[in-house]
Amino acid sequence: MELEFKSVKELLDLCAKSGLSISGVMRERECQLGETTPEAVNQRMARAWEIMQDSARQPLQSPIKSMGGLIGGEAKKLELHRAGGSGICGDLLQKAITYAMAVLEVNASMGLIVAAPTAGSAGVVPGLMLAMKEHYSLSDDKIIEALFNAGAVGYLAMRNATVAGAVGGCQAEIGVASAMAASAAVELMGGTPEQSLDAASTVLMNMLGLVCDPVGGLVEYPCQNRNAAGVANALIAAELSLSGIRQLIPFDQMLDTMYAVGKRIPMELRETALGGCAATPSACAACGRCS
Amino acid sequence: MAFISVFDVLGPNMIGPSSSHTAGAEIIAFLAQKMITPPLVRVSFTLYGSFAKTYHGHGTDRALLGGIMGFSADDTRIRDSFDIAAKRGLAYSFTPNETETDIHPNTVDIRMENAEGQVMTVRGESLGGGKVRIVRINGVKVDFSGEYNALIVVQQDKPGVVAHITNILSEHGVNIAFMRLFREAKGHTAYTIVESDERLPEGVSKLLRQNPNITDVMVVQP
Repeated sequence: MELEFKSVKELLDLCAKSGLSISGVMRERECQLGETTPEAVNQRMARAWEIMQDSARQPLQSPIKSMGGLIGGEAKKLELHRAGGSGICGDLLQKAITYAMAVLEVNASMGLIVAAPTAGSAGVVPGLMLAMKEHYSLSDDKIIEALFNAGAVGYLAMRNATVAGAVGGCQAEIGVASAMAASAAVELMGGTPEQSLDAASTVLMNMLGLVCDPVGGLVEYPCQNRNAAGVANALIAAELSLSGIRQLIPFDQMLDTMYAVGKRIPMELRETALGGCAATPSACAACGRCS
Repeated sequence: MAFISVFDVLGPNMIGPSSSHTAGAEIIAFLAQKMITPPLVRVSFTLYGSFAKTYHGHGTDRALLGGIMGFSADDTRIRDSFDIAAKRGLAYSFTPNETETDIHPNTVDIRMENAEGQVMTVRGESLGGGKVRIVRINGVKVDFSGEYNALIVVQQDKPGVVAHITNILSEHGVNIAFMRLFREAKGHTAYTIVESDERLPEGVSKLLRQNPNITDVMVVQP
């Protein structure tokens, strides 16, 4: 069976015909079209998961200042806050936002990360996956499988829209990362392929139009905050979907509209650091470049 | 449309903070150093567009220098590449050029000099997501991605050279994915760039050099 798919509809048809999950189809597709073996593919994903976990945990022990000096130490603060019992988000979300912000700290200090789908949005998928692994005592194999589900959603975004902030704004980076995480979370909790993609659709709807406005043009601020927000959006979308709420607008159409909206975002708000947060007086004072 | 792998989505595994400004820069420099005989003694980088404006905060400079020293994009030594270069006796400099605007926004010119005094220049563009293009070698316009095994042949623009190249590759069972010829001017220096799916066998570059019109052969494998 030919396992290439170009749309959500084709992906769902493949799932129905093969009896495979979204992650199953994506893994088989990789073997078939990438001309490789399941062992090689699993091993490579296991390595990515290992890097993801290291980057999500390391700043909790040893915070590092970023290259641009705008962030550093946020993950440790969150972790101490959580461990002190005074958090208000609940265990799963507290952990998820802590890990998501940690990855951005590692990224901004020239540490090793996995772009997911980009470096600036690299915290969302590992943040939620590691929090779920710990909260629900899931095996690494189970998470590695779910990463293929996330990969399928990200692939559709890369193929049919964009994941570049310079092209589509932050909705294309954190938005897509969160859609990937939401879809993977639904599969991990036993949801159907339709429910996974409904959750992905919900995320894009809730993050539609978000601009890319990095202070000083650096992948630091507000990027790190938005990785935390992205994780929360992913969890909300997964929860809606798992409760049985269906979405009127399928993920294919949300990708199209996200792309269309992205192209209409003015240039100043697409990674040029000329507008949005980047153009506020405080941001300009902090980076000392603008006047 | 080219195959998009799940590892194009969850990947590359890279040193942050930016796939275009850090990982892409690193890959361009890594490809460049493969084109000259080591050891290098001096390297200078000219940065254009967004590279020129934001290179410091993105660690573009450390990434370029790391790439020149042969580190891969996920090598944690990149953060310390200034110190490592100093220990290796490699002199380096970075010059931002913000006046040249008719150029891809993430472009770098790399000038390398090795211990034998050989000088080579390479221009690369970082396209985003860790994808790159080499667009000039020693001032001659070229175009290759570095994603395949690449053979770069420097030759005199004379008849029979390309036939010689394809014969040798075919004798060694190398399947050519892409092949392009670039030249300075008719009859002058030309570059043939061959990209192949398979790794290029060891002896190939020696055999290619047997043709008197071929002056240099470089093998750049990912």
